[in-house]
Amino acid sequence: MQKIGVFVCHCGTNIAGTVDVKAVAEALGKEPGVVFSAEYPYMCSEAGQNLIKNAIKEYGLTGIVVCSCSPRMHEATFRKTAAAAGLNSYMVEIANIREQCSWIHKDIKVATEKAIVLGRTAIAKVALNAPLTASESPVVKRALVIGGGIAGIQTALDIADAGYEVDLVEKEPTIGGKMAQIDKTFPTLDCAACILTPKMVDCAQNEKIHIYAYSEVEKVKGFVGNFTVSIKKKARFVDETKCTGCGVCTEKCPQKKTPNLFNLGLDTRSAIYIPFAQAIPKVATIDADYCNMLKNGKCGVCSKVCAAGAIDYKQQDQIIEQQYGAIVVATGFNPIKLDGYDEFAYNESPDVVTSLELERLMNAAGPNGGTLLRPSDKTHPHTIVFVQCVGSRDTTDCGKPYCSKICCMYTAKHAMLIRDKYPDTEVYVFYIDVRTPGKNFDEFYRRAVEEYGVHYIKGMVGKVMPQPDGKLLVRGADLLMNEQILINADMVVLAAAIEPDKSARPLATMLTASMDTNDFFTEAHPKLRPVESPTAGIFLSGVCQGPKDIPETVAQASACAAKVIGLLAKDKLLSNPCVAHSDENLCNGCSSCEKVCPYGAITYVDKEFRMPDRTTKIRRVASVNAAVCQGCGACTVACPSGAMDLSGFSNKQIMAEVDAICR
Amino acid sequence: MQEMMKARAKELLASGEVTRVIGWKKNEFDYDITPALFESAEEIDHDFVYDDFCGPNLSKFTFQHQKNDTKTLVFLKPCDSYSMTQLITEHRVNREALYLIGVPSYGKIDVEKIKADGMTGILSIKSEDGDVHVHTLYGDKTYAKYEVTSERCLNCKSKKHPIYDELMGFEGEVMENERFDEVAKLEAMTPEERFEFWRGELSRCIRCNACRNACPACTCETCIFDNPNSGVDQKAAKDTFEENMFHIIRAFHVAGRCTDCGECSRVCPQHIPLHLLNRKFIGDINKFYGTYQAGEEVGQRAPLTNFTKEDVEPDIVAKGGKV
Repeated sequence: MQKIGVFVCHCGTNIAGTVDVKAVAEALGKEPGVVFSAEYPYMCSEAGQNLIKNAIKEYGLTGIVVCSCSPRMHEATFRKTAAAAGLNSYMVEIANIREQCSWIHKDIKVATEKAIVLGRTAIAKVALNAPLTASESPVVKRALVIGGGIAGIQTALDIADAGYEVDLVEKEPTIGGKMAQIDKTFPTLDCAACILTPKMVDCAQNEKIHIYAYSEVEKVKGFVGNFTVSIKKKARFVDETKCTGCGVCTEKCPQKKTPNLFNLGLDTRSAIYIPFAQAIPKVATIDADYCNMLKNGKCGVCSKVCAAGAIDYKQQDQIIEQQYGAIVVATGFNPIKLDGYDEFAYNESPDVVTSLELERLMNAAGPNGGTLLRPSDKTHPHTIVFVQCVGSRDTTDCGKPYCSKICCMYTAKHAMLIRDKYPDTEVYVFYIDVRTPGKNFDEFYRRAVEEYGVHYIKGMVGKVMPQPDGKLLVRGADLLMNEQILINADMVVLAAAIEPDKSARPLATMLTASMDTNDFFTEAHPKLRPVESPTAGIFLSGVCQGPKDIPETVAQASACAAKVIGLLAKDKLLSNPCVAHSDENLCNGCSSCEKVCPYGAITYVDKEFRMPDRTTKIRRVASVNAAVCQGCGACTVACPSGAMDLSGFSNKQIMAEVDAICR
Repeated sequence: MQEMMKARAKELLASGEVTRVIGWKKNEFDYDITPALFESAEEIDHDFVYDDFCGPNLSKFTFQHQKNDTKTLVFLKPCDSYSMTQLITEHRVNREALYLIGVPSYGKIDVEKIKADGMTGILSIKSEDGDVHVHTLYGDKTYAKYEVTSERCLNCKSKKHPIYDELMGFEGEVMENERFDEVAKLEAMTPEERFEFWRGELSRCIRCNACRNACPACTCETCIFDNPNSGVDQKAAKDTFEENMFHIIRAFHVAGRCTDCGECSRVCPQHIPLHLLNRKFIGDINKFYGTYQAGEEVGQRAPLTNFTKEDVEPDIVAKGGKV
């Protein structure tokens, strides 16, 4: 017979404010098997833990139930408490009467009743608990960083600095990400390329960092400390080891009508290309959609002019398999598509551009060599209207409910740069709010208004109407003056909302990492574990976790690296003993469990069984590799005969919990 | 066909290629056919039949009587061979120890339909050239065959054999059918009506376990209903509602593995349309994960134990199953 102790925590008033903790302790004390029941203001305090320890010793408790906060908070604490008092730490169950009860109820009676049910459920489970012992698993001392923007670069550099091998996977032909496309950076106005490219070069030169550019993660298996990842190296049709990046092929390529994606399609390039001068790795890539040789076998110019003999039209995608101890997600963002915003005439007029397109138009390496000209007629614009919050803070279907965070600052930057370089240009900014929290940010914005005379108008643009003379008639509202405004503009710049890269969701599925409804990766704790995913061994760097500017991204990237280094520094991890096991007498050997196992932990063996009639029979039965099993329980529900069971979460325990709730 | 099958079975026995034959034999009445194991030419000559009453699915019988150290010849109708394929996929029978001969099936007669028509004291039933002659103590009657063909054969899903070593007669094709019409009718009911319908049907259950024992998907070493540790073994005894749950749980258990052979309904002495529960699951699987036929191919991955990025999201439940 189990001797169970129940410990009800007040959590100050967090629980006691809505739950009658005395009544809960009293009611649970009458449950079968319970020999001790008490309540205490802070069970996690030293005094609270001593109360538990003393009760375990005094009453010879065989199992304890702590009615407190979520097990994600203090399960580990109370397991240690139990272990210190000589009780197996897996004989502890937590009834979450805070997040799942007191915080969501207002009525004391209802909340108290529910807390009793939750406590009763945990008692029913702990009565069927069995002592478990954790085993150890080794840590592979190598990290994978997915995404080669500034976030991925910084994380990779920091991990490599600590002496660990890092593989950096980037889906584009070069690392650098969005920052490489940006012209100047706020609030200091230093050139983005000038501060980014040294870091890119560092990555290339660091012998601990291996860059897989033009590659994608194809498959992820395993678990913290021991992931096996398949990386698909897409065919560039150029041998990376031979190409010197001389660029002769890009000059001689006759197919010059290929949209230049690095310049967001604002100009064209050749079918064989190097995205930009400082690309890393600096090797050419053939765009298979435009290359005449790959499309119809007629051309071959690049192959003829290449002195290194690097062109290989027959190159195939290559799959590389590698083991990692930790995986960093740094998949970044993209501006949203503006197809849903007809009112801004983005699809109608080439002179309506997004802010990122403006960066390219102003960049010295951009389509106009750094002179700001209207895309339509290459003339100098004299009136420019900026529209902020296009798709941000927008609860309609085409927009995003969140603030994209960076738009206020980069719009101020754009306005200031234009006024500085072209003082004859009038600049208007339509805003809902101007948000400038950050070091030297508000000063920066005020300079735009006060020193550079940018016209900030509180209000939204209702419509942009392209005129026959090539101008853009902008109709907006000035909410402070309470009047309609009409501006005859030469260009309109839309501060489009940013959204996580589309590759993030399938990647999250592969990693079993959770995401929010906006496809941003969820952190393990929003305040206290902001760079870790709830999935052990998966870490988050940069905008994939939420909108960020460059300084914040870099800070978070380094924080993420610190967490990875902390993991890789360990030789062994304690593994979770809550793993699956099969009752061979019941197992049919049907392979259902093997098919649903995400970790490949199940194999089959032929085993001899004695039958009731004293004959023997050889049967195929499942066998679980406990070191690989992560205790997800998928096999236990797939098993038709109920042979598969999970230690610590047995089918019987779960049924007992359900019964206790329904009692 | 029957004579060809007998000759081939005897030939294979004589050559020593197989030592056992699984087929059908008559019981007390001509129309009461049962699966049987034959080990000699004499037994085959005496008892072996293959006619319009050979409804029983031999794959479950094969599972029950399998031997690893010798080869057994099994005759399979198309629907039996789907079940057999599924059993091979699940490693429940040893393919190496089987010699499979596919035989055609042109629809089996459902004697219950004749009895339901009021025929009693049946002495014999003969099926000839599309007519079924019933001879009873109280007179004779002739039916057109389609009138007394079983529902599952009228809605035949396939006349193709997914697996065989040898084929007798022509290879058939996967058939168009209306087998989901009955399910659609149930789906169109209000939840209350549906609840009443199934309470009415399932309340007749006498827990004889015939459905489970005949089902080729029910091959667990120990059935969960016989396992005191499973937590559902008392579903039969507790009260009538719990007893109804037996069939629901069983349908869940075979979901994704049921080939829709219809044996459950055929053997039910209380005439409960159990196959409709399974068909509902098959229809839902088709809708949510793309058309899937269990037992179509050895080693195929069933949608319920497989994962693809195209799978429906779990919120399908909240949307009442609407894709």
